Amino acid sequence: MSRKSEPARAGNGHRPQRKGGGRGDRVMVPPADFRSYYGRPVIKPPVWTHDVAAYLFTGGLAAGAALVAAGADLTGRPALRVTGRVTALAALGASGYLLVKDLGRPERFLNMLRVAKPTSPMSMGTWIFSAFSAAAGVAAAAEVAPWLPRDGAVGLAARALPAAGRVGGLAAAATAPALATYTAVLFSDTANPAWHAAYPRLPFVFAGSALASGGAAGMIGAPVREAGPARALAVAGAALELTATHGVEHRMGLLSEPYRIGKAGRLLRAARLLTAAGAAGALLGARSRVVSTLAGAALLAGSVATRFGVFEAGKTAAEDPKYTVVPQRERLAAREGA
Amino acid sequence: MAEAHPVGFQWVMEAKKRGATVIHVDPRFTRTSAVADDYVPLRVGSDIAFLGGVINYILQNELDFREYVVAYTNAATIVSEDFQDTEDLGGLFSGYDEETGAYTPVSWQYQGHEEHPPSRGEGHIQRDTAAGLQQEVHGPPVPAGKNRDETLQHPRCVYQILKRHYARYTPEVVEQVCGVSQKQFQRVCDAWTTNSGRDRTTALVYSVGWTQHSVGVQYIRSGAIIQLLLGNMGRPGGGIMALRGHASIQGSTDIPTLFNLLPGYLPMPHHKQHETFEKWVDAIRHPTQKGFWNNARTYAVSLLKAYFGEFATEENDWGYNYLPRLTGDHGTYRQVLDMIDGKIKGYFLLGQNPAVGSAHGRAQRLGMANLEWLVVRDLYMIESATFWKDSPEIETGEIVTEECATEVFFMPAASHVEKEGTFTQTQRMLQWREKALDPPGDCRSELWFFYHLGRLVRERIATSTLERDRGMRNIAWSYPTSGPHNDPDASAVLKEINGYDIATSRPLSSYTELKDDGSTSCGCWIYSGVYADGVNQAARRKPGSEQSWVAPEWGWAWPANRRILYNRASADPQGVPWSEKKAYVWWDAEKGEWTGHDNPDFEKTKPPSFRPEEGAVGVAGLRGDDAFIMQGDGKGWLYAPAGLIDGPLPTHYEPAESPLRNPLYAQQANPTRKVYDRPDNQLNPAPPEAHSQVFPYVFTTSRLTEHHTAGGMSRQLAYLSELQPAMFVEVSPALAEERGLRHMGWAHVITGRAAVEARVLVTARLRPLRIDGRTIHQIWLPYHWGGSGLVTGDSANDLFGITLDPNVLIQESKVGTCDIRPGRRPTGPALLDYIADYLRRAGLDASHYAPLETPGAGE
Amino acid sequence: MAGPNSLFGPIDPATDAGYVDAPPRMGFFTDTSVCIGCKACEVACKEWNAVPDDGFDLLGMSYDNSGELSANTWRHVAFIEQSAPPSEAALDVLREAERSVSTQFLGMPSSTLPGATGREDRDLRWLMMSNVCKHCTHAGCLDVCPTGALFRSEFGTVVVQEDICNGCGYCVSACPYGVIDRREGDGRAWKCTLCYDRIGEGMTPACAQACPTQSIQYGELDELRDRAAKRVEVLHQRGVPEARLYGHDPTDGVGGDGAFFLLLDEPEVYGLPPDPVVPTRDLPSMWKHAGVAALTMAAAVAVAFLGRRP
Repeated sequence: MSRKSEPARAGNGHRPQRKGGGRGDRVMVPPADFRSYYGRPVIKPPVWTHDVAAYLFTGGLAAGAALVAAGADLTGRPALRVTGRVTALAALGASGYLLVKDLGRPERFLNMLRVAKPTSPMSMGTWIFSAFSAAAGVAAAAEVAPWLPRDGAVGLAARALPAAGRVGGLAAAATAPALATYTAVLFSDTANPAWHAAYPRLPFVFAGSALASGGAAGMIGAPVREAGPARALAVAGAALELTATHGVEHRMGLLSEPYRIGKAGRLLRAARLLTAAGAAGALLGARSRVVSTLAGAALLAGSVATRFGVFEAGKTAAEDPKYTVVPQRERLAAREGA
Repeated sequence: MAEAHPVGFQWVMEAKKRGATVIHVDPRFTRTSAVADDYVPLRVGSDIAFLGGVINYILQNELDFREYVVAYTNAATIVSEDFQDTEDLGGLFSGYDEETGAYTPVSWQYQGHEEHPPSRGEGHIQRDTAAGLQQEVHGPPVPAGKNRDETLQHPRCVYQILKRHYARYTPEVVEQVCGVSQKQFQRVCDAWTTNSGRDRTTALVYSVGWTQHSVGVQYIRSGAIIQLLLGNMGRPGGGIMALRGHASIQGSTDIPTLFNLLPGYLPMPHHKQHETFEKWVDAIRHPTQKGFWNNARTYAVSLLKAYFGEFATEENDWGYNYLPRLTGDHGTYRQVLDMIDGKIKGYFLLGQNPAVGSAHGRAQRLGMANLEWLVVRDLYMIESATFWKDSPEIETGEIVTEECATEVFFMPAASHVEKEGTFTQTQRMLQWREKALDPPGDCRSELWFFYHLGRLVRERIATSTLERDRGMRNIAWSYPTSGPHNDPDASAVLKEINGYDIATSRPLSSYTELKDDGSTSCGCWIYSGVYADGVNQAARRKPGSEQSWVAPEWGWAWPANRRILYNRASADPQGVPWSEKKAYVWWDAEKGEWTGHDNPDFEKTKPPSFRPEEGAVGVAGLRGDDAFIMQGDGKGWLYAPAGLIDGPLPTHYEPAESPLRNPLYAQQANPTRKVYDRPDNQLNPAPPEAHSQVFPYVFTTSRLTEHHTAGGMSRQLAYLSELQPAMFVEVSPALAEERGLRHMGWAHVITGRAAVEARVLVTARLRPLRIDGRTIHQIWLPYHWGGSGLVTGDSANDLFGITLDPNVLIQESKVGTCDIRPGRRPTGPALLDYIADYLRRAGLDASHYAPLETPGAGE
Repeated sequence: MAGPNSLFGPIDPATDAGYVDAPPRMGFFTDTSVCIGCKACEVACKEWNAVPDDGFDLLGMSYDNSGELSANTWRHVAFIEQSAPPSEAALDVLREAERSVSTQFLGMPSSTLPGATGREDRDLRWLMMSNVCKHCTHAGCLDVCPTGALFRSEFGTVVVQEDICNGCGYCVSACPYGVIDRREGDGRAWKCTLCYDRIGEGMTPACAQACPTQSIQYGELDELRDRAAKRVEVLHQRGVPEARLYGHDPTDGVGGDGAFFLLLDEPEVYGLPPDPVVPTRDLPSMWKHAGVAALTMAAAVAVAFLGRRP
């Protein structure tokens, strides 16, 4: 059965079909009185699968890890640097795989590189991702230097690698914030009312989430002695993520509702617990590798949950015409009132 | 109309855009109702009561177009003093014979013509041979007469008879019978009458559903009476438009695929009534009759010349005896019953799917399963070709594939874009189609099929000495062929239809050129002129923007490329247009001829003041103001003194199956309806018979825009099937509540013939009506589905029994009674038990059938 | 980007896209007041564009079994059965009309108030509307397409090149009308092309060609807008106060639609957004916020590492 055959909700298109959010969730917004076409969505739900939600996480992790790696490189924390660079590379690999896989025509992924289009966050993101990938790749490649022979042509290369790695790492770090935050623009620049309304906040959610996950990777991968900045970043990122997410969940009127109900609500509640617990662990477990590792894992899981939560909220918002119609109606009423 | 004729409906929308008011009267709110200015729901089967109410309103308020009515209709004509109306006889007219269930129409005649009744005492024979239609179309042999009272005061003049007959069709009665509120009824009357007259005209449009009633012909007669009273006939913007069910259904009555007619509405000879050529011709015309039917002999001789060529000679009565003869009822339903009874061995189906499309589908399938052979020509393997392996009767065990002896020959057919020829649409306009592409594979055109079938049959009997083969051996069967499959040339056939002068081969330009001496040949007299000047006039496609608004150079309309029939009536008796706005044809005194926008439907140079000599007959007998030139008295008939089996005036009778007692008369249903009382054709009881409450609801069927009739052309196409993918039934919210039906759930509809399941659409577009203090629920079903195709479902036509209109033998398949229940129907043999249980509860058994004459009627 | 209104505001899209001497902008005016719901547009569109069928599902939404515009349905006829009058305001006008009819109706033809006849007890409306891609002046789908598969034609329409589209699906979420969609099993995005291959040859798009009642009118957008305004006026005069245009206004949230409508009820009743805005309108602001967030990240990293020697 095609999507069109999803059972129509009750109603004849004349009077409101559904009121409020229902589903047992606490309704913060008064029940919305609205009309629709058989309760069908006005906009299309995203065709993106969970691959894209996963990419939000892996891309953010890559960015965060690259930042950690660059800081570690500049401040002489080799273990943290290696962790950061390797994590970034692994996350990049996953990202590339997820992005290509989610295309309707994966064999045509290179078509993204035909154009650079400022109005398309995905086009911009493609170039950011490419630039970052190149730099982060070099940085990660530099980490193989110690295993290379010191003689001959290869040896020459091996000796040049650390310097190249630093350049690559710094270049990656320079593009990392863009990689971490462009995805917020990617989601916001849609007709999806929940995503679009969140555009002032979503970059901070994703920035915080990326920092928290990057820090968490450092906490897991590097000894506690070197991982101080990672812990600090993790805590700061978690704080930013929690604050910004709270705004998304509560400061957008009716359009906050999709973030609180259903699958998105469950995911974002879990994200809050995990992120808060991870941040606490990062603060309290500074001397314990075990606590640090557990805290890091919690932060990573929290970051994953945040990303999936935001993704699911968009689906919820698309599936119920209320979220499209009511805010637009209010906007019209305000305009007419003005 | 929007529902089944969306393309034609564009002109209604165009008219609406220009300010026309559109009123839609229908039991169910359709896509037409959605854009109409006014929608009037009424009970299925109550149309004569509704239209009778309009007639009464016009007459009581004297809103008729008096000058038109006096001059052009038979309103002033005085009827025999022997005539008794339904008012006097409890719903029957005088002359009813209970024995035959038919009328002897002697007393219906005009005064002084009682000695000239057609077919005295043979009403039942006429019914069996559907001869009523011929008589109606021809203008039966009514002699010209002078018994008129143009003051319309004579108590037996048609006007007064009409007034008395319809006096009881008051707004209150309309409300009581039809369920139409008096206010709404008043609005329709106002709109219709105020929009008719000198300056304005109103068009009446009906779809063929109107004909599918046991009183179908009288439905249309009711409309005709109103349009004549209001002066809407023969005038631009007026008329009665019959929307046909398929492309060229008009064509298939002009050059008929009907058992009772020959081309040009000449009757099929009856073995007893038309023993000789002379008797046959005299049955078509009457020696003392006015008008163009008086020339029937020229039409008949020319047709026989077209059939038999050189073998049609004066000595052998032009080959008249080669023609087969009717011996009785050979209508499609009689044939099906005869198949069940083993009396018919072979059957041709051409573009027809009776297993789905005809009333009483089960009888259709059982009949076909009892044949020796069956030829099906269609685009797809339709249900009528595969019934022997997948009909519903396989499941019930009534047809067993291994035992079914019918040999089916499936002949794949070319579609309309794969063959050339003409379509004739409802305006009688022929439009030539080119062949766009070759048909695929073995698909062939009808023309190819019949030409080569005839050729092969003739080869088989070439040396036969049997008398019965002589006609076929002598038939003119020579047509040019071309192409790899020897396709006959369709334009050669059209030329033959047009007719030609035999000596010179010159194509005729009009039927007025036809001769009765064997010097002309013409395949269909009314089509004569379609190949005038050797040019295929039907192929003309001059855009409307490049010619007059009547657009005479687009296609060709019979007769004589005339776009409005009887258009003499568009001018007043003196030949002056009724108004500037409605000028159409008029008398040009200077030139001494009729002229105008259209081809005048009148002798070109006969002045309006012309009065024939005493005793003049035929065309010469027409006065200069006899606008209805095909009628025996030159008048439009408000009252039909002859030609109808079931009475001179439309009268409300209940459908054969009705939950209601006739509120107007003691007589319940049409007393002359054609019935087949047999156990496999049980009709649900109607009052005053007992147990009608077993089938408490009224149902009707029709089409959806998205499908075409029995679905053979639409259920095979994904783009159409997806738009209406499943059989459904529409019920009102009130009925859904009463019967526990859920929107989108399953339900099944039960009659004495079948149980049919469907998904439920609960919709306010169907509404219960208050009839006579009772709530009457109406159910609607589309009839497009069957067992094969991309989308399948039960066939609504299985629900109907067989009762026919007596004039034309068309089945009553737009109204019946039923029950509806939630859930799916039983399957397999249990289905038969289920229906049998309903029959038992309804008291239906083989020993009793409702009498034609209701006890108490006729008094 | 060609001008200050490239993301939002009135503009000629073909010129903005860089066409020099572009032909007039072409579009659809869909007048739902004369739609008879025959769906010829749906079928003609599929026939011409070889769009696959959309499945055989009975939806129970009046006579709508297509459900919505999708990758496999580029024209979609909505059916709305309303068993109550449209609005109090409309009712007032109808009552007024009825009053004037009953006082003036002295055997005159009803042309003084065409359409008003009989409406007072019409308790059922069946609205039909053939929906289609809006070919927005500011098209969200086109803005966000990362491959250039979507492009602005010289006629100002928005068309997908199926040989370029890689099925990223971004356009699907970017359309404020829910029009463009990805086709299952094919992976690419599809929508109405306004019959780009026909109009380039001077032909009428298949749907408009097939429409028997001129509910779908194709032509130069400027001319269509004039025509539509007049039609609304006529309907208002004829006692149809609920008639209104949708998508005709170049100052609306998408800069006006290339395909606009005359509706008889609120847009959302037909499944249309009441006040659509192209998402890209806010793109500069989005990037600004993202920039601040990015700087915040960088700052956080700097602070975290500075002064923390191992």
